[in-house]
Amino acid sequence: MAATLTPQTAAGGPPLRLRAHWTERVAQAAVALIVLFLLAFLALPLLAILRQALEDRDGAFVGVANFIVYARTPSLLQSLWNSLWVSAVVTAITVPLAFGFAYALTRTCMPLKGLFRGIALVPLLAPSLLSAISLIYWFGNQGVLKHALDALGIEQIYGAVGIVIAECLAIFPHTLMILISALTLADARLYEVADAMGTTAARKFFTITLPGAKYGLISAALVTFTLVITDFGIPKVIGGSFNVLATDVFKLVIGQQDFAQGAVVAILLLLPAVLTFGVDHIVQRKQTAMLTARAVPYTAAPARGRDLAFTAYCSLVALLMLAMLGMAVFASLASFWPYNLSPSLKHYVYGLVDNDVATGFFNSLQMAAGTALLGTAVVFIGAYLQEKTRGMALLRGTLRMLAMLPMAVPGLVLGLGYIFFFNAPANPLNGLYHTLALMTLCTVVHFYTTGHLTAVTALKALDGEFEAVSASLKVPFFKTFWRVTLPICTPALVDIARYFFINAMTTISAIVFLYSPETRLASIAILNMDEAGELSPAAAMAVLIAAASALATVLFMLLGRWIDRRTQAWRRTTR
Amino acid sequence: MPSRSPAAAPAISSASSPERSLELRGIHKAFGSFVALQHIDLAVHKGEFICFLGPSGCGKTTLLRVIAGLEVQTRGEIRQNGRDISRLPPADRDYGIVFQSYALFPNLSVADNVSYGLVNRRLPRAQIRQRVTELVQLVGLPGSEGKYPAQLSGGQQQRIALARALATSPGLLLLDEPLSALDALERVRLRQEIRALQQELGVTTIMVTHDQEEALAVADRIVVMNQGAIEQVGSPQEVYREPASPFVADFVGKVNVLPGRVRQGRLELGSLVLPLAGAGAAGPDREVRVYLRPEDVLARPIDEGDPHVFDGAIEKIEFLGSYCHVHLAAPAFAPQGLIVYLSLNYLAERSLAIGSTLRLRLLQERVRVF
Repeated sequence: MAATLTPQTAAGGPPLRLRAHWTERVAQAAVALIVLFLLAFLALPLLAILRQALEDRDGAFVGVANFIVYARTPSLLQSLWNSLWVSAVVTAITVPLAFGFAYALTRTCMPLKGLFRGIALVPLLAPSLLSAISLIYWFGNQGVLKHALDALGIEQIYGAVGIVIAECLAIFPHTLMILISALTLADARLYEVADAMGTTAARKFFTITLPGAKYGLISAALVTFTLVITDFGIPKVIGGSFNVLATDVFKLVIGQQDFAQGAVVAILLLLPAVLTFGVDHIVQRKQTAMLTARAVPYTAAPARGRDLAFTAYCSLVALLMLAMLGMAVFASLASFWPYNLSPSLKHYVYGLVDNDVATGFFNSLQMAAGTALLGTAVVFIGAYLQEKTRGMALLRGTLRMLAMLPMAVPGLVLGLGYIFFFNAPANPLNGLYHTLALMTLCTVVHFYTTGHLTAVTALKALDGEFEAVSASLKVPFFKTFWRVTLPICTPALVDIARYFFINAMTTISAIVFLYSPETRLASIAILNMDEAGELSPAAAMAVLIAAASALATVLFMLLGRWIDRRTQAWRRTTR
Repeated sequence: MPSRSPAAAPAISSASSPERSLELRGIHKAFGSFVALQHIDLAVHKGEFICFLGPSGCGKTTLLRVIAGLEVQTRGEIRQNGRDISRLPPADRDYGIVFQSYALFPNLSVADNVSYGLVNRRLPRAQIRQRVTELVQLVGLPGSEGKYPAQLSGGQQQRIALARALATSPGLLLLDEPLSALDALERVRLRQEIRALQQELGVTTIMVTHDQEEALAVADRIVVMNQGAIEQVGSPQEVYREPASPFVADFVGKVNVLPGRVRQGRLELGSLVLPLAGAGAAGPDREVRVYLRPEDVLARPIDEGDPHVFDGAIEKIEFLGSYCHVHLAAPAFAPQGLIVYLSLNYLAERSLAIGSTLRLRLLQERVRVF
């Protein structure tokens, strides 16, 4: 047939492709490896959940039958309703509170901004359930302020009230960070023009500030809602008999071994997260489009009354944060709450030594270090390959998608997927189940997206032609990666490592499905001790984690400074 | 009347069969349904300085990137020194490249930047150091080896980027708008240096630019591009004096566009009737557009009997230093008005101001008809 002999260069033939240089093959293999990693430790476990939800106990396909069973179980529907309204209430309280705080930090001349910011971010250093434990000491049956609660007509802190208050405290720093970055993006020129036209402060707020932060507010509200609805620790500790979706998953899977129903609830938990992710994605794009490169950064001018008011407000919030942390510290040091409050270290000794939690604490450190090392390496190499190498559009598109996916997957859902996927006897990776290695990999995947976005931002700031220049000089890309890209990006690398470390220290949700007695973590131990009624050692353990995280933050900061001095000398040069 | 007579052929192509450094044949590039390049055929001679000139989006940068292997042509062939490089990855081609953004490695010193490609060739250290010294001297920055890029001005950084691209003695130098990020004075200075350096080293060079003045000043030949296609290839004089298309006449230099009519082999321009020679005279009678550059109107000498003499009234004078853009009302043939260049001295000598009338002469052999 003549047609098959038509040369390729003829019009209509397939487009030309360049022959691959051997260095490009290296890059392609590396992309394939990272995609494979994310498929095995993210995509397949998630698919395993879907499969569980669509099959009966014998593995036969039953369609949506499990969902129908769920919809006919009144107790489970009650949990769904509970989760929804509690999350909505927490969102409605936290977002305005955090907005005020963020506004004070970015748009006023309030003194001690660094200190206020630091205090507000403290809850990030401990597992979220620290706030629940503190709350029990404040308002529990033996709480210091129990009578205040009684006076308000609230019977007990256990239940919805406790969950809402504890979540507000624990989620506050997450909401705050989003709003700070939203409010930092301001064009001073808009305010100058408004001033030139004699606009009142209130009108400026409603016509410039609020519209400018609109997308940040949407994003903050969605993230807050999702974090609350998927949080497991707080409802477990202070929820009492008040059931929510997150605790249902745990009860169904671990307690009743009803995997199908567990999978159905997990999918329900996935919905708000996926919605948040989708909306956030659109919102982010609009937010960046709003601010042009020519914008002039806004700096607040002093205004006595406003600054004083915001100082008072932030002091109040900071006081609440400190009361939360302080009570946990105080209670963990009290000999025998509430009868003997003389300080002693016995809960630390009991928790760590007698209860064999020292191993747990050591496991936590080990896992956090592993997560920081492995996570930073995988995330940064993945981001580099995605941003700076060429070819293989399909594979790189898959990588881009998989890297963003963990943001939309609550830890609880990921952990459940791991059980279904890795605990299957047929899985060749079955040997990993219950090991610290799998828990490390799970944590890397769980927190992948934030690290990835940090790395991408750092890489995007580099000149896009470095790789082209290297190729023209016949220098393989990995040499340029090592000599140029990596040294320039070290500050971002330290940030990513710290983020992984702190989160690995404090995470509960995914890991709670994966540990064995040998690989128990400190954060899990808190949960176990609380279940056993040992609240004081639990508090001690939470404080210890917070202390370790704080110490790690300081160490990472010093490391960052040291690396900065060694590799960033070129930044400090002047003409 | 202009026609492309053989006498006006560019010096380069009239040289005895120059060696071809680079050949592009039928290059075509599409991004989805958008055609970025079409029917690009071009031969670049050894040691030649070529400029790709055109408005933004005309495909000039895409063509440069295709030559560098940073973009892949949809079809077409590229040959360098007779070797087919159409499908070679960038690392297997032979060129040095300089970008608008300099793309200097900010964490490496000037010496490390310049020697970046040399180190990979496993040359002895002393030899590398010697070559670096030589190169920074060549680009006029001796003694800057220990500095970081951030310590240099934009122009200095671009000189170092040039030294880095030349370090491995490539057979082809590609410059992608290398001067666009610099201020006006530095731009002129560096373009002269680049031209001098190119002539000294004899390296075949392709520079992409949107600045016609830059292209006219440095190029041996200019490739004028528009909408992904080549409009004209020629020496700066050719492109300026004998634009092959209305687009080229319009894009390169300033031009007055006037309505005219060809009748019986002569050009009627309002009340003026000019003889028409060459291809322009042939063909049926028709409406044409007449392109006339502002400097092709002379104030003297005026021979009163000359048929190309006309009267104009000054409507506006735009002062530009030694000469002025003078906007004239010339109802005889230019209903939209006419812009001419007149020297400041002439205006002063004749005490011309807005409202004055003056007598001028068309340089009829420069008039182009499309």
